[in-house]
Amino acid sequence: MAAANLDLTFQALADPTRRAMVERLSRGPASVSELAQPYAMSLPAIVQHLAVLEASGLVRSEKAGRVRTCRMEPAALSLAEQWFNQRRAEAEQRLDRLGEHLRRFPDGEPK
Amino acid sequence: MTADTLVKRNVSHGVFTLERTYPGVTPQRVFDAFASIEGKNGWFTAPNALWDIGERTMDFRIGGRERLVGNWKNGLVTEFDATYFDIIPGERIVYCYEMRLDGRKISVSLATFEIKAVPGGGAHLVHTEQGAFLDGYDDNGSREHGSREILDKLTAYLEG
Repeated sequence: MAAANLDLTFQALADPTRRAMVERLSRGPASVSELAQPYAMSLPAIVQHLAVLEASGLVRSEKAGRVRTCRMEPAALSLAEQWFNQRRAEAEQRLDRLGEHLRRFPDGEPK
Repeated sequence: MTADTLVKRNVSHGVFTLERTYPGVTPQRVFDAFASIEGKNGWFTAPNALWDIGERTMDFRIGGRERLVGNWKNGLVTEFDATYFDIIPGERIVYCYEMRLDGRKISVSLATFEIKAVPGGGAHLVHTEQGAFLDGYDDNGSREHGSREILDKLTAYLEG
């Protein structure tokens, strides 16, 4: 598994097909042909999307016999989730609370 | 090597920028809300049902430090320790801070706040945060969440 890297994670998820693939895999492992099924896309195109997902660390795959099985790698998502939940959302809420505070006390802190 | 081993020794770098316009106030007023414990109590450390403020100190000057310990009702203890690197009254604040979660250092970040007057009145705030997110995140729980929920958040972020 590639080390979880947020830049790669975001790049990987910036594509609707890859997001759909990740959504499918979040429900459980799937073979490459199962992943390709919903799309009017060639198998090589799907394999290319899969390579991007694997490079990001979101997905890993292993070949057993003639079937390559893909599954989610929760570690990468969980790091991304931590980032959003704990930093950005908190900062957003704080700036909104600052706005509320400034509306209530436009001329200075309450004495 | 297992995924757990990788997570424990992982560093992720991230940047985000948030912008807000606050009508009817001056840039100095926004700055003042950052410049004292009284000011920050109105928003940054606003009391809520989920936590109690523990240790709280602030020395608002270049080289000065700020510390905030949060005792969360679920038992979690968070520590925020900052050092101010740049302060321009009414215009800019830059500080570096580390976050600890139950004693584990989880991130070291640079926070920059730029404040500008808006033509016609009001103040515009740009908050840029650059962070190194360190090993030590507790992964328990995250894995139990639905991946779909996580993805929705990411998608919402990417689509901005």
